[in-house]
Amino acid sequence: MTLNAELRVTRGTFSLDLDVTIAPGEVVALLGPNGAGKSTALRTLAGLLPLTSGHITVGESTWDGPDAFLPAEKRPIGVVFQDYLLFAHMSALENVAFGLRSRGTRKAEARAAAARWLDRVGLDGYEQAKPRALSGGQAQRVALARALVTGPSLLLLDEPLAALDASTRLQVRSELSRHLADFGGHTLLVTHDPLDAMVLADRLVILEGGRAVQSGPPAEVARQPRTDYVANLVGLNFFRGKASGTRVDLDGGGGLTIAEPAEGPVHVVFPPNAVSLHAEKPEGSPRNVWPVTVAAIEQHAHTTRVRLDGPPDVLADITTATLAELRLRPGDELWAAVKATEVHVYPA
Amino acid sequence: MTRNRVRGRLPAVLVLPALAGLAFLLVPLAGLVIKTPWTSLPTLLGAEVGEALRLSLICASLATVLCLFLGIPLAWLLARSGLPGRGFLRALVTVPLVLPPVVGGVALLLILGRRGLIGQHLDAWFGISLPFTTAGVVVAEAFVAMPFLVISVEGALRAADPRYEEAAATLGASKWLTFRRVTLPSVLPGVVAGAVLCWARALGEFGATITFAGNFPGETTTMPLAVYLALETDPDAAIVLSIVLLLVSVGVLAGLRDRWISGPT
Repeated sequence: MTLNAELRVTRGTFSLDLDVTIAPGEVVALLGPNGAGKSTALRTLAGLLPLTSGHITVGESTWDGPDAFLPAEKRPIGVVFQDYLLFAHMSALENVAFGLRSRGTRKAEARAAAARWLDRVGLDGYEQAKPRALSGGQAQRVALARALVTGPSLLLLDEPLAALDASTRLQVRSELSRHLADFGGHTLLVTHDPLDAMVLADRLVILEGGRAVQSGPPAEVARQPRTDYVANLVGLNFFRGKASGTRVDLDGGGGLTIAEPAEGPVHVVFPPNAVSLHAEKPEGSPRNVWPVTVAAIEQHAHTTRVRLDGPPDVLADITTATLAELRLRPGDELWAAVKATEVHVYPA
Repeated sequence: MTRNRVRGRLPAVLVLPALAGLAFLLVPLAGLVIKTPWTSLPTLLGAEVGEALRLSLICASLATVLCLFLGIPLAWLLARSGLPGRGFLRALVTVPLVLPPVVGGVALLLILGRRGLIGQHLDAWFGISLPFTTAGVVVAEAFVAMPFLVISVEGALRAADPRYEEAAATLGASKWLTFRRVTLPSVLPGVVAGAVLCWARALGEFGATITFAGNFPGETTTMPLAVYLALETDPDAAIVLSIVLLLVSVGVLAGLRDRWISGPT
């Protein structure tokens, strides 16, 4: 019972063209910047927005296609919305029981099942609480229970952790991860937070401008980004170039020496902490050395991130000791150095 | 005191007309209270007053129920359906608000009168005749009062977040179940406020009622009609009727205000 979807939607100047396949038990994260079409994709899968063309099938049944459209209320789905959308006039229990009741389960049975789910998400004793009286984390758990209680075939999570503060988020994320592991259906997680996606998903699909620009297991995507957006998300210096042996000519100007020989169009990445900064041009060792100008300096928790104009432009993470030694100011001229062994190259 | 000083003096150019406006609204009501012959009140509150009051309350309540049944779906249609020409429809719905009630009564007669477009069929097929009956009073009051309800409910519906309805749909709820269990409870304050306005308007209805339903004591003579008639024959009785109507209206509004129609404080 694999979910197969070709999502094609055209609305004004925006178009979504995305192929998604989700195996049973698999969690796929749709990751992308605002306006990339993540919500549109989710809405088509939920049945809240019909496809312009393409199809959605789960096993043998067609949810959307050229001659069939199953509306949201007929699809076996559960959705956790970004701000949960719990019904304010119902208690937590009634919220969770709502899906069962509307699908025809008898009242006593629905309430019993809802109570079991509330217990399962750790909200035993909150049955009669109104959503207004719940904390953000509790509301999120009610929303999850409400989505899962009907035993859906597809679980859709729309930025499920975005509304939580940092401390709650950590805990709710690990709980969510546990519930997703127990869930046997298909899960699609929509998020713009790379950490949520990396922790919760088995596979990432990166969406930019309505198109999938990269997909794969989280570790692979993190190691080998294919666009500036992804590289930025995972915090790597990212360049496109043309390799010839151990030399790469970068598209944006400048060049790098690499350790492993390669040929043809390639992507080049290295972490900001692989970049060292020097007031004088360093000598010796097979290094990449080039003159740079300090563009901006940002203080982070344990390091200082320096934005440098090249070419090539790079980000460098330096220690406070180095910062003190170099007395950096925007406009300063320095030398950047990266060891060839720190540079990771893979085919474009 | 300190707080007043911080805010500064209120501009006289606004305060003076505001006070005049307040006086304009309240002084006639005060006059009514002052002129009431409180001592002879018990004798004036005869059976006729009781009858007229009872008829008024029943008709206004029935008209409100009718408005709720027809007006809430109409408000939903205007707010949610995406129907083409909704703006024009909304404008049409508000026509009875600005139409002189007498004209409304005439229009009702032309449609529902015994020789009216629909009325003649009602009479021929079902033997139903609305004009000059208690049912006619209800129809006339509902016609005049319904726009109050529709506008209030439609405003509440348009302010309500439609994504809750989408959430209900993803939980398997049909459109009707969603409306009953999600939409309607979320706009309940708007519905109650609209119903109170609607009821108050129906209670005070005069022009359309007297035109369409006439003036038959015990059957179509509601309080406003009784006030108008008494003014010609027995002014003291008119005052008493007025004060009763005033007390009932204010009482109902005050009773519901705290719970439902509390404005921003």
